[in-house]
Amino acid sequence: MIHSLFLINHSGDIFLEKHWKSVISRSVCDYFFEAKEKAAEPENVAPVLQTPHHYLITIYRGKLFFLSVVQTEAPPLFVIEFLHRVADIFQDYFGECSESVIKDNVVTVYELLEEMLDNGFPLATESNVLKEMIRPPTILRSVVNTLTGTWSNVGDTLPTGQLSNIPWRRAGVKYTNNEAYFDVIEEIDAIVDKSGTTVCAEIQGVIEACVRLTGMPDLTLSFMNPRLLDDVSFHPCVRFKRWESERALSFIPPDGNFTLMNYHVSSQNLVALPVYVKQSISFFDSGPCGRLDITVGPKQTMGKTVEALMVTIHMPKAVLSANLTATQGSYTYDLATKVLVWDIGKLNPQKLPNLKGSLSLQAGAPKPEDNPSLNIDLKIQQMAISGLKVSRLEMFGEKYKPFKGVKYLTKAGKFQVRT
Amino acid sequence: MSASSAFNEEKGGSSSVGEPEYGHDPASGGIFSSDYKRHDDLKEMLDSNKDSLKLEAMKRIVAMIARGKNASDLFPAVVKNVACKNIEVKKLVYVYLVRYAEEQQDLALLSISTFQRGLKDPNQLIRASALRVLSSIRVTIIVPIMMLAIKEAASDMSPYVRKTAAHAIPKLYSLDPEQKDQLIEVIEKLLADKTTLVAGSVVMAFEEVCPERIDLIHKNYRKLCNLLIDVEEWGQVVIINMLTRYARTQFLNPNMNDEEEEEKEKKAEAPMAKRKPYVMDPDHRLLLRNTKPLLQSRNAAVVMAVAQLYFHLAPKVEVGVIAKALVRLLRSHSEVQYVVLQNVATMSIKRRGMFEPYLKSFYIRSTDPTQIKVLKLEVLTNLANETNISTILREFQTYIKSMDKDFVAATIQAIGRCATNIGEVRDTCLNGLVQLLSNRDELVVAESVVVIKKLLQMQPEKHSDIIKHMAKLTDNIQVPMARASILWLIGEYCEHVPKIAPDVLRKMAKSFTNEEDIVKLQIINLAAKLYLTNSKQTKLLTQYVLNLAKYDQNYDIRDRARFIRQLIVPTEKSGALSKYAKKLFLALKPAPVLESPFKDRDHFQLGSLSHLLNAKAGGYQELPDWPEAAPDPSVRNVEVKDSVRAVGTVTCRDRESEQSSEEEERKHQRKSDQQKSDSESESDEESDSESSQSESDDSDSEADVKKKKKDPVCNNRKHKCIDSCFNSLVLCLQNISPCSALKSYELLHRIRGEGLSVEYCFSRQPFSPDGNMVAVQMQFTNNATSEAKNLHMEDVKLQSGMRVKEFPEIELLPAGETATAVMGIDFCDSTQAANFQLCTHTRKFFVSIQPPVGELMRPVFLTENEFKKEQGELISVTCRPPTPFLSDSRFNSIRFILFCIAQNLPCGSDKECRFAGRTVTSGSLVLATVATKEGGAAQLTVNCEKMVIGTMLVKDVLLALTQ
Repeated sequence: MIHSLFLINHSGDIFLEKHWKSVISRSVCDYFFEAKEKAAEPENVAPVLQTPHHYLITIYRGKLFFLSVVQTEAPPLFVIEFLHRVADIFQDYFGECSESVIKDNVVTVYELLEEMLDNGFPLATESNVLKEMIRPPTILRSVVNTLTGTWSNVGDTLPTGQLSNIPWRRAGVKYTNNEAYFDVIEEIDAIVDKSGTTVCAEIQGVIEACVRLTGMPDLTLSFMNPRLLDDVSFHPCVRFKRWESERALSFIPPDGNFTLMNYHVSSQNLVALPVYVKQSISFFDSGPCGRLDITVGPKQTMGKTVEALMVTIHMPKAVLSANLTATQGSYTYDLATKVLVWDIGKLNPQKLPNLKGSLSLQAGAPKPEDNPSLNIDLKIQQMAISGLKVSRLEMFGEKYKPFKGVKYLTKAGKFQVRT
Repeated sequence: MSASSAFNEEKGGSSSVGEPEYGHDPASGGIFSSDYKRHDDLKEMLDSNKDSLKLEAMKRIVAMIARGKNASDLFPAVVKNVACKNIEVKKLVYVYLVRYAEEQQDLALLSISTFQRGLKDPNQLIRASALRVLSSIRVTIIVPIMMLAIKEAASDMSPYVRKTAAHAIPKLYSLDPEQKDQLIEVIEKLLADKTTLVAGSVVMAFEEVCPERIDLIHKNYRKLCNLLIDVEEWGQVVIINMLTRYARTQFLNPNMNDEEEEEKEKKAEAPMAKRKPYVMDPDHRLLLRNTKPLLQSRNAAVVMAVAQLYFHLAPKVEVGVIAKALVRLLRSHSEVQYVVLQNVATMSIKRRGMFEPYLKSFYIRSTDPTQIKVLKLEVLTNLANETNISTILREFQTYIKSMDKDFVAATIQAIGRCATNIGEVRDTCLNGLVQLLSNRDELVVAESVVVIKKLLQMQPEKHSDIIKHMAKLTDNIQVPMARASILWLIGEYCEHVPKIAPDVLRKMAKSFTNEEDIVKLQIINLAAKLYLTNSKQTKLLTQYVLNLAKYDQNYDIRDRARFIRQLIVPTEKSGALSKYAKKLFLALKPAPVLESPFKDRDHFQLGSLSHLLNAKAGGYQELPDWPEAAPDPSVRNVEVKDSVRAVGTVTCRDRESEQSSEEEERKHQRKSDQQKSDSESESDEESDSESSQSESDDSDSEADVKKKKKDPVCNNRKHKCIDSCFNSLVLCLQNISPCSALKSYELLHRIRGEGLSVEYCFSRQPFSPDGNMVAVQMQFTNNATSEAKNLHMEDVKLQSGMRVKEFPEIELLPAGETATAVMGIDFCDSTQAANFQLCTHTRKFFVSIQPPVGELMRPVFLTENEFKKEQGELISVTCRPPTPFLSDSRFNSIRFILFCIAQNLPCGSDKECRFAGRTVTSGSLVLATVATKEGGAAQLTVNCEKMVIGTMLVKDVLLALTQ
């Protein structure tokens, strides 16, 4: 299926190549560069390109292009999903997925790619299995390695996880402190129109888990109000039958960090937006200027404070500079990208933050017809906006008592205010 | 390919001559400026005795490969280290070898023996990795060695090695397609494998080597369906895509009646002969049911695969379930969104209702990439109907103000499409578009002109003022396509604007030479049309334009001018055609139909690369049309005994190494578990436990975990308890298949028989001379010192109705020898004994054979509906067994007992199990249902025409459980 992989940085250098079948010349990437030239933004390059003999399927992650070459029919999502999995594994191994990190760990990266695909078909993509075969770099090990001069990142033991039917968990896990943490993170996706009415709003949630438990624990996580969940997707470890019958998550967890489930809250529950935005952005025909006035206020926060509030505006190209005053927080205007960012911080309900002032336009440019839209970022700790609550976590199969914790967080997802 | 090899040759060539590489490869210049020297010290390091030096060297070499630099001249130095003890060095050498073996075939052969040794290693992981590297070396000479290795690995006891063998198949095939026939044999063998580990890989091999051999799937179809949920994600995608194609060839179109009705409505023909009502094949249902949970997968590719399966295979009413999952994927990475939206766009044309509830999920945000915006727009347009059009148009209004001009253009086209499709909003849309004509952005105006032109064609009479307005635009607008559109409009409807049209022509004639070709053509058209309708005013202008065109650089325009002149300007030479010039030019033209570019794309399998590109990609397998009549469904039936033999041996061997004492005890249970799975039709839960037992040795099976969960402390004791229970069950009820331990009963003890001992067992084979008889296999052993002669039976005493077919006389049984014979008894569906005398040449012995009730039945297959129907008509006997131990195991044990005698039927719920059998003599149905109730109790219900049989069956099960 997947023939070759090229990693390309932002400026268009190929800095790593890997072939799983016979070698394909890197000149095949020229078709991609051509398409990249044409597209204004890197996000706008079509993910699937057709060339005379090959198909190029590309993802853009962390300012890097992962370009895979496919020669025959293969489901495009299969390839895209795999490439993202590769990026996830890099992230998991090295803490970030960037050019410099990949260059520093080029041998490990190459070994990983070798294990992940066999003849173009995925072989081991579970981080737990891979970590048994290829050890991730750690500070301690790199110190030892430089001192002793022997640096090995291949595991001594043979990976047994690949053989088991729960490939996501490695055998013989041991911890002195047994702990299981779950973060319930909800994101609000909303579009609010000019007049302040909600065009659409929905809540997407995810449960991120960090499980460090000895042995083979079997966990059951149940909710107070599972009816809220309309649509769910699970990590493969979750037993689907149990969910169907009892609406509880029953699973043998992978070791370490993983995403347990994603969910969508049913649309019947009207989404109450935590903040409202009053805005007016206008440009005048007479004289090269415009005016901007934005106020943010709390709406439905259930007594919690809104934190990390931030407003981002992509200004029209004609806007040269902004001369504004903020009653709270600070703003920056990037001249090159035409992005105005107003970092507010904590929202004080007594004294609403306001940003006001004038925008100067390019001399001679006509008044922009399009009004920019506002993207809102925010965080609310200790609350899941849908009201979802974990009722309990039980453990079977092991005798010790683990330390358990659940944290809730609400964030703005794609929260947009049109003007 | 050719380009790539040329590239390598060039590089390889340069290094083999021994020239320094940096001269040729500018990329290497920067970092490894002294490559030539460095290679020398790398060679030195590789030749040293220290592992650390070797490792360092290999790491540097691999880093070179990763950067795409040529390291082929190091081949001899590297290949020497293939047998190195250090695992990491070895691994890196493998990496190098696979990369360069193709270029240095002769040297690569030096390493082969190492891998051949590896293939015999006792450790399965080493065997697998040896096969993996061996099969990755693309050297044609070793094809026979690879073939042999693959064949051997395909019957390896480790499922992991078998998986690797499956991976190796396409590699060998691409190296030498001549091996196809032999490889198909291996694929066939691996397809029969029962483990989830192998399933995905072998189907992948099947798809690459012999996708046309759909017949290989028949026997494995049900197994693949049942294993699917436990296969790893990537395998799931491949299997689902393959099964979609398979189902298209084997089942009937579930929507055929609907579609027929539609056609009828369209044609309004006399009623055709009514087809018989559609009944879905149970196997078709099995596929739909088993794939549905995978919509909840975290892997977008799996979700998409299930979605396309439902779209292509499910009855109309059921397709809706996929919408929610697809909409969920829209939250994912933008590349995933891109692919999903393409597919949603195709689906939404055919099944619009499915996505209507999710309309708002397709609303566009200013931060979306342009390609996503355009696709969302496409979907919104497809979803537009009378009820939601006002909301959609309001959305479109905001989009028009966007900064992204390409997107605005697409929006205008979308508005045009909505207006053509939904008559009620046509005027509103038109007015809106006309307003856009005063937009300052030229692109927006141009796009609006083009769309307005199309809309006006639908009803030109009403809109002469719009045409006038557009005529004025010619002074300002520069976009050629828009200018051409305006000119065409004026020409076409010149009767509606009789005053303006000649004036426009005048202006155009002035600027003719500076126009684009497409505009020039339309000027000629306009001139011709005006000449025909209003020759008085425009005759000279037309002549002028035609003269200009005659000397144009573009031959197309010259041609057009010549043609039109002949046609419209009457001369003596001009033929009969010029009479019809008016008819030709001013004929009523049909309004254009604005269609989605995604229309009819669903003839490609959705989710495929070909669908995305709307062009057939290499290796794409067409999705076949539904067959007219369903092919024989019995090809998917599986004979139980064969598969038991095949797998039973493999998996048992597999386990031997790790067996603990506890496992020893459970051995028997396992064996029976395997038999269960062989029938191919058990619930997922059971296949879970089966697969885990055969695959994993270090992990507990799910079933075990469940048991532990309930009570971890006395876990062990319970296992024993269950095991003893099972053993007793087997004793009293007998197991079906001949290779599992069939219980022998004693007919004649050797003391009573004076040296002759006879045992019998129920062989569960059909008794060929008479189908209504139960076959009884007898084994005679002569323990005496003298020979026995003339063994036969006499004086048969039977209850009324019973019959016996005697075994053929055994003339001579020498001392110490054994002989077998088969007799048939018709027990008349009762457990009455058959009494007879067994005679030798000297003695007669009175003996009797009494069958357990389970031996009076044969498994039979029923669909769910048939089962329910029959169940309603039969007498039922119900019992609730006491619960001395766990419910799950109880449930399973009952299922197991029944399994021995009847066929397990597919069933929707895991809380219920169904079995069906027929009695041997009268063929009356025996149905059994096992259900778990709240609180862990199980309930057993037996439905049978014959009350006695039902009661006895229930009694036997209870007895077995309490023993």
